[in-house]
Amino acid sequence: MMGPQALPGPYALMRPRALLWPALFAVSLLLALLSVQIPAWLLRPPPTLMIDLAGATSAAMKWLVEDATFGLFTVKEATRAIATLVEVPYDAARILLVDGITEGKGRRATTIVPPISWIAVTAAMVALGIYAKNLWLGLLIGALFLYLAVFGQWESAMTTLASILIAVPMGVAGGLALGIAAFLSPLFNRILSPVLDLMQTVPTFAYLVPILFLFGFGPVSALIATVIYAMPPMVRITTLALRSIPPELQEFGRMVGCTPGQQMRKVLLPVALPDLMVGVNQVIMLSLNMVIIASMIGAGGLGFDVLNALRSLKIGAGIEAGLAITALAVALDRLSQALAARSGQGAVVTGNWTRRHPKTVAVLVLIVVTGVAGLVLPWVQTYPKEAMLSTRTFWSDLVEYINVSYFDQIEAFKDAILINVLLPVKRFLLALPWVWVLALATLAGWQLGRARLALLCLGLGLFIAVTGLWEQAVTTVYLCGISVIIAAMIGVPLGIWAAANQTAGKVIGAFIDTLQTLPSFVYLIPVIMLFRVGDFAAMIAVVLYALAPAVRYTAHGLRSVQPELVEAGIVCGCTRWQVLTRVRLPMALPDILLGVNQTIMLALSMLVITALVGTRDLGQEVYAALATADVGRGVMAGLAVAAIAIIADRLITAATARARARLGLAGE
Amino acid sequence: MRQTTRLISLGMALGLSAGAALAQVESEDPIKLTLHDWTGQFITTNIMAAVLEEAGYNVELVQADYLAQFSGIESGDLHVAMELWATTAADAMNASIATGNTVSFGETGMQAKEEWWYPIYMKEKCPGLPDWKALNACAELFATAETAPKGRYLGGPVTWGGYDEERIASLGLNYEVIHAGTDAAMFAELEAAYQRQDPILMWIYSPHWAPIKYPGEWIEFPAYSAECYTDPAAGENPAAAYDCGKPTGPIYKAGWVGLEGKWPGAAKAIKAFTMTNEEMGAMVGKVDVEGIPLEDVVDEWMTANEAVWTKWIE
Repeated sequence: MMGPQALPGPYALMRPRALLWPALFAVSLLLALLSVQIPAWLLRPPPTLMIDLAGATSAAMKWLVEDATFGLFTVKEATRAIATLVEVPYDAARILLVDGITEGKGRRATTIVPPISWIAVTAAMVALGIYAKNLWLGLLIGALFLYLAVFGQWESAMTTLASILIAVPMGVAGGLALGIAAFLSPLFNRILSPVLDLMQTVPTFAYLVPILFLFGFGPVSALIATVIYAMPPMVRITTLALRSIPPELQEFGRMVGCTPGQQMRKVLLPVALPDLMVGVNQVIMLSLNMVIIASMIGAGGLGFDVLNALRSLKIGAGIEAGLAITALAVALDRLSQALAARSGQGAVVTGNWTRRHPKTVAVLVLIVVTGVAGLVLPWVQTYPKEAMLSTRTFWSDLVEYINVSYFDQIEAFKDAILINVLLPVKRFLLALPWVWVLALATLAGWQLGRARLALLCLGLGLFIAVTGLWEQAVTTVYLCGISVIIAAMIGVPLGIWAAANQTAGKVIGAFIDTLQTLPSFVYLIPVIMLFRVGDFAAMIAVVLYALAPAVRYTAHGLRSVQPELVEAGIVCGCTRWQVLTRVRLPMALPDILLGVNQTIMLALSMLVITALVGTRDLGQEVYAALATADVGRGVMAGLAVAAIAIIADRLITAATARARARLGLAGE
Repeated sequence: MRQTTRLISLGMALGLSAGAALAQVESEDPIKLTLHDWTGQFITTNIMAAVLEEAGYNVELVQADYLAQFSGIESGDLHVAMELWATTAADAMNASIATGNTVSFGETGMQAKEEWWYPIYMKEKCPGLPDWKALNACAELFATAETAPKGRYLGGPVTWGGYDEERIASLGLNYEVIHAGTDAAMFAELEAAYQRQDPILMWIYSPHWAPIKYPGEWIEFPAYSAECYTDPAAGENPAAAYDCGKPTGPIYKAGWVGLEGKWPGAAKAIKAFTMTNEEMGAMVGKVDVEGIPLEDVVDEWMTANEAVWTKWIE
């Protein structure tokens, strides 16, 4: 590894090439001002260029659902069979947690054996917490589950938990299988990689309709959509973890005569286990992110409660159900992280089975005891209504108070930003000729990654143009772009603060954890009440959601700057400010860029939610397509979002690599 | 909730067991009714479900999108949609019926109304209302920074249609349509404006809790006629179509074509189902304004209207 070279300073700006982009920007401004005189076919992609990809996709989908056949059976029969198969474990989980064993069908069903009582479920979670780490974790998880009971969210939370319990193993198993296959076969890896990109960037709404067609209406479709959304990180982490195993270990396996299967099961996977657990954690968190969207197509549970409460403007009820999702997410996150840290260790206890598993025994006993006791004492089975707490009126009163007392100030602030920033930028971007924008993107690709990247930018840009979604795509870039800049302007300083001060770090960490797990729909309604329907409200929602990675990566980057470099700066007589601006920030730049990249991805994934506010971007296209069950239109708009995401991702990744090389940091 | 329904149905069963024992149903398979995203539809569907259960059928309620549900109905995944508004779903419903896999179960008896609407306190600030001709004089009042100098009209989600842009152009209104993304967003703005007693002009539909909770009035546009939408010559402006108010229309029921063959008794009950706007409005108000649980409101209706629904399942 090379030593740190001269730090990039103002000199970098002196190079003539650095003047290129300001010059191009000036030309863009000029073009935007002249746009009235520019012929229409230069301003917007002409209709003759457009290809009816949406119609073709719809037709293909229709064929797939109605006519496609594997010979003995049709595609639809196959997908329906899968749906039935998935339904079995899902029903089992529901029986344990929600429904109990019932007699009769549909709503008339009567309970014969009740589900596991709230006391037993909470106790089981506490026991798991103690097993995974220590008593403190157990108590934290116990408290979170108690919140669910006390605030009357129990039944919905268990419905959600039941679907998470099915979706996560499916996501993990699928991710593991694909990840291993990609590790073993480079060819498969090359095919899979772009598919994963699409799975992560195409908004979920875009594939909900095809899934509904194939798997039918109901919780199973919601489960499958959740798995598709939550699986990609597991695939990536599996491949990465297997690749980073030292070759000596693989040699060792071969030397002792392992078959390929044994090699994988007994050597590679156990070694990779701690990394794999990080993937499991990601799958859990992403599955919980999907709770709201899944409830739109029949998953029920907490997501449905949030939607339903907010649709009738019961803000307090919505916030309580939303916080229940956060509680569930925090409990499962801490638990899986503790299990990840624990994996690979663990003391061996001898004795018979009951001696070895005292906690399991205790929980099993408790399940039976509370189950029987619940027949006589209803409060043992279900948490009593009389003892429930609610903060509902507090939340709605709070929003009303702010609305009535501070609306004028809020409105003035909003108007100032709207008139001076949002509207001019929107007009500027929409006035740019499409050929020019395409040329700029291609040029950026060329500068950062030569022919390959330039071609990628050009190709994806052309794709957007021929789908006829240019205007929506530009609106998307405008909304996400401004939101990302604002999120970075707030997030990077917060990250710096979090890195400088431990207490601040903890508070900020808890704050962004909540922002990320609290379903955005929960704060969307108060935001609309205070800022009205429009771009500004959408922007606030995107900023709130996309803030987290900017904070996290900045703090992480600053913390991991080599201490010797900081020492060196201090020895040279730098002030604290100089150490920060001249040493730490430049060295943390690659991490910060990575954070910005993630912020962009999150901002794009919020598009569909902002469509619920009422925007005119690609998110709205996707959402409108869902509402009209127009498969082709939704898929095309979804792919256009993916195209923007991939362009942004590749450009920033290339820029990060350059920054790393310049700073003499080891490349990835 | 299940507890109460069960107790009531148990009581009913005991009370009626001497005379009309639970009918022998044609199929034990659950009949799937769709739920969408507004309270009135929840109530209609839950009442229908309760009635079918009284008749001995097994019922399942499935969350499905208002328009996306038609693909599920056509394939037989879903069986009954209880509220299809002529104003918003007519095209989708007729297209679905044209496939031969969906059939109409008639009207619900409720009439859908959708129109521009303003809260009652705006009448003082803009004295000419509810006549549409007064709107232009008050455009400044309804304007925001985004739309000024034009007035701001908060429209429904783009997918709801409604031809408001066309209406504004053909009637020469000095207004701009801002589309909300969902009706939740729309009513969030209404609630906020009402709390501050601020001007707002928006799309409201009925039966809905909003016009019950917030007193207000509909704008009176030139009366709707079919020709007004299709023929520029008709209506206020001889050169443009859509120069009139929005149509009102019945709320239909429809469902899977195979329902009648599989559960003939249920099909008969679904066809017989009727409800008035007033009944529905009162129930929606109880749920959304007074905060009474939906199940209790449904149970209450079932007890009070036993004579009505027993006729449906005879």
